[in-house]
Amino acid sequence: MFPNAFDYAAPTSLEEAVDLLGRYGDEAKLMAGGQSLLPMMKLRLAAPAWLVDINRVPELAGRTETDDALFLGALTRHAAIEWDRDLDADYPLLGETAALIADPLVRNRGTVAGSLAHADPAADWAACLLALGASVTARGPRGNRLITVEDLLVDALTTTLAPDEIITGVTVPRPTGRVAAKSLKLERKVGDFAIVGVSLQVEVGIDGDVTRVGIGLAAVGSTALRAREAETVLLGRRLGRETIREAAALAASAADPVSDRRGSAAYKRDIVRVFVERGLTAVQARLAEGQALGA
Amino acid sequence: MRIRVTVNGRPRSADVEPRTLLAYLLRDEFNLTGTHVGCDTTSCGACTVLWDGVPVKSCTVLAGQVDGAAVTTVEGLEHDGQLHPLQQGFWDHHGLQCGFCTPGMLMTTHAVLQRRPHPTEAEIRHAISGNLCRCTGYQNIVTAVQQAAARLSARDTVQEVKV
Repeated sequence: MFPNAFDYAAPTSLEEAVDLLGRYGDEAKLMAGGQSLLPMMKLRLAAPAWLVDINRVPELAGRTETDDALFLGALTRHAAIEWDRDLDADYPLLGETAALIADPLVRNRGTVAGSLAHADPAADWAACLLALGASVTARGPRGNRLITVEDLLVDALTTTLAPDEIITGVTVPRPTGRVAAKSLKLERKVGDFAIVGVSLQVEVGIDGDVTRVGIGLAAVGSTALRAREAETVLLGRRLGRETIREAAALAASAADPVSDRRGSAAYKRDIVRVFVERGLTAVQARLAEGQALGA
Repeated sequence: MRIRVTVNGRPRSADVEPRTLLAYLLRDEFNLTGTHVGCDTTSCGACTVLWDGVPVKSCTVLAGQVDGAAVTTVEGLEHDGQLHPLQQGFWDHHGLQCGFCTPGMLMTTHAVLQRRPHPTEAEIRHAISGNLCRCTGYQNIVTAVQQAAARLSARDTVQEVKV
């Protein structure tokens, strides 16, 4: 299978990439990992006249850490996060999520920022980064713009990025308390779209009360969703069987799934409940374990 | 567009359309038909090759992207008529029946052994989760990789002693 014919550009600077997008606008498509875009082009679901390959733009590679945040350059591949144990202490949800994406070969090419820009409602990163309160930096002809992931995602395959804007990286805020996370995904087989995905992270204070929590849901709405009410009910409380059940029920009502060949809406909604319950229970155990170790 | 790429250690070049996929460059331009095109939809992993040492699905990479890079295909595994220990492992343990998935399995597991010379069974199974086999049920593939890991580490030990 071949894509429709297109012209190919591989800019070697961010400025050049932005210029190309400015010149070709809607006719151009950016490619990072290409693990969603190329299959869509081969199936002729996408047929850009210009393909702008950003893999040779050095400014988009690598990552940096500050006291308050982690910045992942736009070319950060899923595998780079999956194999990096240094991120586990402060950013446990990233590694949890990366290991569930597609399959190991796709993870060697696909990128975090590319997944966000693609905005597939079933994507794992969107749910994870919503839960973490992350933002993207978009660079356009008028300079940089910071967009929260929440504001970025509008609808299936639709974002608030302008045609001439490039995501240069993703900023993940650093937790302030003790933290534990869990990602769960139901799929028919490795590499298939998620039937349901849940990504959650909990921070607790010295007294063990929840100080911050994020619960992201994948494949149960037209975008990834954040289960706000479920988060609110946990704040200021201790994780326990009852609080966890309450949050799980609220997360299930936040889900807005549709029935399709992967399952009925009712089934998917119930999986959200079960996964949030399992995820929070796992997080509770990890936090208790951390405390026992004096961490 | 004109591209230059080192394939199995040998410099090659070709004129390609931007839409040419790496798998087709290897098969149609360079006649390296060991790389198989199975599903052609990024699912099966039969087309796996190493791009600068990293296993990727070559049906989902453009030929133009590997300009200036090194690509290793299954043809690059044997040396001087000797099968690579992984290939020998697949031979000894019947790690294949129809053989269609084998090139991809070999390239993926080759990269695994570079990263982890002594993988556990679970690590091997996880690593090949993007490579589909419809014949073996995977057990013999796992056994073949385990044999190769043992032989490769024995060979490295011998080399260390020689040094």
